[in-house]
Order: sequence, then C-alpha cells, then structure tokens
Amino acid sequence: MTRTATRYETVIGVEVHAQLLTRSKMFCSCSQPTPESPPNTHVDPTCLGMPGAMPVINRLAVELTILSGLALNCEIAAEAKFDRKNYHYPDLMKGYQISEYDMPICTNGWLDIEVDGQTKRIGITRVHLEEDTARLQHAKDPSTGEQYSLVDVNRSGVPLMEVVSEPDIRSAEEARAYLQALRRILRYIGASQANMDEGNMRCEPNVSIREPGAEFGQKVELKNINSFKHAFDAIKFEEKRQAEVLDSGGTVAQETRGWREDIGEAVPQRTKEFAEDYRYFPEPDLPPLLISREWVEEMRARLPELPDAKRARFQEQYGLTAYDARVLAESTARADFFEAATAGGSAERAKTVSNWITGDFARLLNAENAEIQNARVTPESLAALIDLQEAGTISGKTAKAVFEEMFALGKAPGEIVKEKGLEQITSSDEVVTSVEKVIADNAKAVEDYRGGKEEAIKFLVGQVMRETRGRASPDVITELLKEKLAEKP
Amino acid sequence: MADDVLRLTMHQAAGLLRGGKVSSVELTQATFERMRAVNEQVNAFITESEEEALAQAARADQMIADGEENPLTGIPAAIKDAIVTKGVRTTAGSRILEPFVPVYDANVITLLKETGFVMVGKTNMDEFAMGSSGENSAYGPTHNPWALDRVPGGSSAGSAAAVASGMAYWALGSDTGGSVRQPGALSGVVGLKPTYGRVSRYGLIAFGSSLDQIGALTRSVRDAATVLQAIAGHDQRDSTSVPIEVPDYNATIGDGVKGLRVGVPREYFVEGMDSDVREAVEKAIAQLEGLGAEIDTDVSLPSTAHALSVYYIIAPSEASANLARYDGVKYGFSYDEGGSMWADMEGTRQYGFGEEVKRRIMIGTYALSTGYYDAYYVKAQKVRTLIRREFDAAFEKHDVLVAPVTPTAAFKIGEKTDDPLQMYLNDVLTIPVSIAGLPGISVPCGFTTADDGARLPIGLQVIAKPFDEATMFRVAHAYEQSTTWHEEFPPL
Ligand SMILES: [Zn+2]
Repeated sequence: MTRTATRYETVIGVEVHAQLLTRSKMFCSCSQPTPESPPNTHVDPTCLGMPGAMPVINRLAVELTILSGLALNCEIAAEAKFDRKNYHYPDLMKGYQISEYDMPICTNGWLDIEVDGQTKRIGITRVHLEEDTARLQHAKDPSTGEQYSLVDVNRSGVPLMEVVSEPDIRSAEEARAYLQALRRILRYIGASQANMDEGNMRCEPNVSIREPGAEFGQKVELKNINSFKHAFDAIKFEEKRQAEVLDSGGTVAQETRGWREDIGEAVPQRTKEFAEDYRYFPEPDLPPLLISREWVEEMRARLPELPDAKRARFQEQYGLTAYDARVLAESTARADFFEAATAGGSAERAKTVSNWITGDFARLLNAENAEIQNARVTPESLAALIDLQEAGTISGKTAKAVFEEMFALGKAPGEIVKEKGLEQITSSDEVVTSVEKVIADNAKAVEDYRGGKEEAIKFLVGQVMRETRGRASPDVITELLKEKLAEKP
Repeated sequence: MADDVLRLTMHQAAGLLRGGKVSSVELTQATFERMRAVNEQVNAFITESEEEALAQAARADQMIADGEENPLTGIPAAIKDAIVTKGVRTTAGSRILEPFVPVYDANVITLLKETGFVMVGKTNMDEFAMGSSGENSAYGPTHNPWALDRVPGGSSAGSAAAVASGMAYWALGSDTGGSVRQPGALSGVVGLKPTYGRVSRYGLIAFGSSLDQIGALTRSVRDAATVLQAIAGHDQRDSTSVPIEVPDYNATIGDGVKGLRVGVPREYFVEGMDSDVREAVEKAIAQLEGLGAEIDTDVSLPSTAHALSVYYIIAPSEASANLARYDGVKYGFSYDEGGSMWADMEGTRQYGFGEEVKRRIMIGTYALSTGYYDAYYVKAQKVRTLIRREFDAAFEKHDVLVAPVTPTAAFKIGEKTDDPLQMYLNDVLTIPVSIAGLPGISVPCGFTTADDGARLPIGLQVIAKPFDEATMFRVAHAYEQSTTWHEEFPPL
C-alpha cells in the first residue's frame, strides 16, 4: 500500500530575527545604516573590532526587547546577561558575536494566531538581544579573473532581537499566520519595521515530520527566506520532501537547507563534519543586565493597545464585522486612520469609513506600493468627503472620482467639488430642462416607451445623465422622465 | 644635561619645571639622549615617538608658562604598548600587530593628554601581556637595568625597565596577574595595580578582560598616586569601570600608619622562596611596626594555592576570544600566501602569534569547549568567588595586607623559557589579588646579591580593600619614606 504524506504531522519551530528601531547600534554610538549608506560609513572602533575597543549596552534596544517580551506575554528576567559566541568568519569583526545564551531577557511567552477562523496559541521560548555581522561582497577582478571579497562593516553591531517559538506550529499556513501576527505586534510597538523583503526581519523555520504522537523527527533548518511566501513555500516543499524520504524507507538528515526561489526547492547548504562548538561564556566586558520591576512596569505602561485587543474593541465599539475589524487593525496607522475618520460617528458611519479604507483607498495604496501613513489623504479629508456624499451634494460615483483626486493631489474634497462643478443638481429646474430636451431629441425612444417598451426609459435616463454631466441623481431623473412622458404629447 | 636630573621622581622634576630651572623640552631631549645611550642594551621600547614628544613638551612648557600645570605636565613618560595611541604604532608586543597604527586614543591617553604629559614611546612587553619576564616579545626580550643578563619581570617589562634606567620618569603598564607589580619588584621601582574597575580599560588591548587593569610604574609611591589621580574614574565607554568617587590621594598619603591594622597572610611565604626575599619582607614588616602599625601575622587565606589554577583557566579562556579578532582581514599583519581566504586567515595567526600566545589560546579554547566548560571555566569562577570571600573576611579585621611580590628576585634571561610552569609560578603571589580584583602595590624593600654577584631589587606588596587605594598609598608611602631603597639607581 502506498503511504501518503497526510499520515505525517508536520512540526515547525521558527526563529525570527528582527532589526530593532534604535537610532544607534547595539554596542556603540554609530548610527544605524540604511540600505543606501555607502560601505563602511557607519563604523567606529567598537563595531570594527579594533584592539582595545569595548561594547556598551544600548538601553533603548533593551527597552524594545522588554516591550516585545511583554507584548508576547513573556516573563521578563530580573537579571539577564550577555555572552560571547565564538566562531571565525571574516564578517565577524571580533571573532565572536555578543549574544545572550542562557539568561535571555524574555522567556516563556505565547502568541495567538488565527487560521481558518480557529485561534491557536503558539509558545514563545525566548526573546533575546544580539548584534548583526558585517556583510561580505564577493567580486571578481575583470582583468585577471581573480576572485576576492570585500567587507562592508555598516551592519556590524546592528541590534537584532531574536524571537524563538516553541515547536507548536503544525503547518505552513500556521507558520505564515505566526509570522504575520509577530510582524504586526513588532510594528505595533515600534520595535521593528519588520519588513522581510528589506531584511530587517528574517526567519528560519525548523521543519520536521513525524507520525502523530511519535517522537520529534530530525529537523531541517530552512534559510534564505526573504518573504512570507518563501516561508510558506519552503515549508510546503520540505514537508513533502521529508515524507517522500520516510516513505521510501530513508531517514531525514538533520541539516540546513537554503530556499531557492528560482527552482522552488530547498537545497542542502552545508553539511559540517562536526557540530560547531560556539564555546559560549559570559561577556566579561559587560556587567549583568539588571532589570528592575519598576523598569518593567514602566515599559508595560508604554505598551500600546495590541492587535487582538484592538480588533475586539472595533467589533464591539463600532459594530464592525470580524473581517473588517481585522483588516483595519492590521497596522496602527490604518487603525488610527479609521478611528480618526470615524470620529465617534455612528456604526453606519464606521462601516462607510471602513469600506473606503479597505476598498478604493487600499486599492490605490497598493497600486503605489504605499502605506496609509504616507498617503496625502487625511482622516479629516475622508470624513469631509463622506459628509458631502451623505448630504447629497455629490453622488457616490462622483465621490469615487473626487477621492482619486484627493489621493493624487492631497486637495480637500470640497475644493475639488467646487473647482470642477461637481455638485449634485438638487434644484429640479435644470433637470427639467434637460429632460424636456432629451424627450424632444429622442422621438424614437419616447415612442417605444409610450408603446409599452419600458426598457427604453433607461436609454433616456442615460441621455439626461450625459446632459447634466452626472451631477443629477438617476432616481430624480427617472421620476421626472416618467412624469413628463405620462403627459400627452 | 647631567643624568642626575633623569633620576628624579616625577614630583621632583615637576618642581624644577615649575621653578623654571629646566624646561620640558630640555627634559625630553635629555630623556631621548639617555634612550640613545642605553636602550640598545635594555630594549625597553618598541616604538619611540620623539617628534610627537618634543611637540608635546613645547606645549607643556607653554602650559607651565601660563600657570596651568599639574604634576604630570611636561614630564616624559612611557606607555606600555598594550595601550592604544592614536597615530602612534601599537603592537602589544606581537608580530600580528606590527604595522598597526590606532585610529583612536585609549581613555587613559585622552586623560593624560589633558594633563600635558609627554609620551616618549611605547614600551616593550610580553606579547599580549602573556608572560612574567618580558621574554615573550616579538621585538626581543627586555633586559633588567640592574643586571642586563636578567629579566626585568613582565609583562610590563619595558615600562619597568624604562623607569628604572632613566628613560622615563614614569610609565603606564597593565596588570592581569601581576604584570605591573612583579616587574616593579624585579626592576626596583614602584608598581601600582588599581582596583578592577577603577581605571577605564577602553583602549587597553584585552588579554583577560575580567582581570586586566591599567596601572603605573613610578619612582615613588606619591608619583603612583598622582598618576592614578589623573587616570582614575568612571568612563561610560567601559561598562566595567565603576562610577564611584575618586578621593584626593595626596590629601591622605602622608597620614602615616599609626594604628592601622596590617595583616600578613601566612600562605604568601611559600616553599622555595628565596631566603633574602623572605628576610627583606620580614624586615619591612618590622619597619612598619616600628612606624606604629599593628601587625597581625595570624592571617590565613587558605585558597591562595588555587589562585594560579583559577587564573590559568579564566585568563586564557577570555584571551582565546579576545585574540580571535586578529585574523589579518582588518588590520595588522596579514598573511597572503595561503591561496585562499581561510588559509590566509590561518596563516596570519600561525605566523603572527608567538608560542606562548598560541599555548594560551589553546588552553582557553579547550577550557571553554563543550564537555569541559563546567569542569574548568565554571569551577574556576566558583573558586574565584571563594578567593574573593577569603579576602573580604581578612579585610574585616585588617586595613591592608602585606606580602612579598615574588618568591625570588630577577632570574636570568632564558632560565625559565623552557618550563612554562616554573615561569607561571613566578606570579603565584600577585595572581590572587588580580583574581579578587583588589588594589595592590609593590614598593622596593631591599636587595639580594645573586650567585653571580648581581645586586637585585626586592619588592614589598601592599594589598588593600576594593577602591581603598588611599589607605594602600598611606602604608606604602610611610614605609618608602622611612627607607632609602627607592633612591638607589642601577649602575647602567
Ligand atoms: Zn560602531
């Protein structure tokens, strides 16, 4: 009998590295580089690993880690410490990385995720701080063909926070939901920009499969994952591959595999002859990190409303659907925009604002690959636009056109309406004139209607709309037409 | 200028400068003349910085003329080559840093520059401070000015020898397990190791980070106190420097020893100790008693014997990481004939490091390895705590402890190079103080005549409570001022 992949259970743990939003680096006063920074322009003796230079702990990095730990329901250690992780590599300036080995700042937390409407709790093993390494660039001398490497030290010492999950994740879908939920939280609390494609959030899933209830299988660590989609695809690939190995009577090797987007496969990266021994020991240049309970409470007080709480409140307070509430609570910027534009309005108003944000607004932002906080449309101008529509000054169709103008130019909606003369015609005189003109000019259609072909009125309505350049309400036009056509010719 | 002026203490020379009897430029020129005359025999310097020194001296003379001087202003001093100096080559005694010119000043150098000091050069040392004799230098051994075929002690070998032989009024050294106190004793000068955390290590090339401390070699206890006054204090770039007040040492240094409780730990009079050394130290203790100190010889520090083992686990462990950065990629010596990046990195370390450094990197790597970490590193840390507690207990009843600095006087160059263990034993009396992070000072306390007729200095060690250098200076100064040992000068 052929075994199928479905008989196995997939077990996934995820390690996420998030670059913290501090001004300076983890252990020196260099400012953090941007992707555009010229090589080796954000460096000093400490992050260059110069003889005699020493590290100093970045307090803000510790605070952002405490905040993250609190948001992830972790215990915050009263005493944490930094350790040296020893290995040789040309991108590692000191020959060791300062990290936290056995006394991390945060331990034992959890994060709720939602997949297919089901909530699941994923354990967080630990959250700790460490420093990034420099970057190697491999080059080739065009004349001699000789290969060489260049080192850009800008990223050396950039603060990284590592979030390690328990192996509680059971599918690629859950892994994706976990990553999205984690990103949402890190952005909410301002700990990280958490953009995977820009490299300020990186993830390494560990994937193994087992028969349900059996011991954990050998895990494969997946690297080179630069998007949620990569993570999803790589896990899917890996669970299928491992199942095939087991089904064919083989055993899964514990190894590291790199995701190759181009071929859609995770390929073995390097098999070490022996396990690397990092020889961790306490960093003697840094005293233990003492975290007072007052400090933790200070951080807790700084914790903003988190995504799940916000969603629940949006449903409760504004009567939004679960779906709308989730979409709006995706980022604080979007949620804040929504609340500002709704400004204590009715549930109906909230629904209208939500529709704008999740509809036309989202479509235009997507097209420009922009974020809501950078849009030229303000909550006040969106509210003004909705006011105009509700007052009947403009039609729904006009409102959409006005919004596009607002989005493109940042003008106030009232201004656009006035400039272009888009006010809905409310006095029927002007409409009556147009209706009479259309009846006079379209004898055939009039005849058809009067002959019992009611469909013909649609054509006439369209003609009046054209005459009034869309500023008259179709309902009003239809009513007037019916009235006029009922009169004897 | 007569060599006499080069034999003065820093404070005496400062008096001449202040009184306009001599200028800093003249003192500096005389110092370089002396260096040209004797350094070839002593080999105390790796790099001489005459041009910079004369410029600094000229500025110092201006400071003195403007009445802005302090006791360090314009006085020629030497800096151990483990301390980075902006624009002046810094090798740490290693080939691997042979071409290395730092881009920044160590914190102590920044502070000293504010005093208007004059830096005449960078002194020879055991490579990365790993040694007790000055022989482990890629730039050749330093010779003891009292007997040129003998070692001056180490690792701050050149600093001690320069001060002893008139090539600098004072010098900075660094002490990890005795590297200032021991060469001080063997070269007949004062050697000060402050409390761990008293002086910023920012810019001190690290050997054993939890033990390293910058100290001074001087011709008097008062000079040592003055140098410490200038370089002590919290530095936010060194998180292990302690933010506590630095007292005015000069204000209390002359307060005498009357009523002070002086303990003499019996474990410091070890088997195999030279009888002249024992006698000289015992005489010094009697002298202190005569000055009014209360001597208590019933003091025991039972874990003393374990300090050496603790040290030779902790220091190499830390060194194995501290020295990982020297791979030829960023600065210093870079081997380029390996044919590949990895081979070049390995070649850099193979040819750049000396034998002793490699030995300690291997010891440290081993001690930190999985499976050995708990048995070595963790256990060593536990014993370290024990040693600290024993000192704490002793200091509940005593203001200072006194002991010998070394079991013997200076030994011959090459005598112990084949036997690392014999060499390590030379630090057995200085290491416990380093392990406990305490302040210690060695003061000249006599001479012994060796079999070959060489007249060799002996040192007395005074040990105090953490951050109580003030009391330590009081005792050392009172003893020194009641003797003439510090006035003796080598025949060189
Ligand atoms: Zn930096």
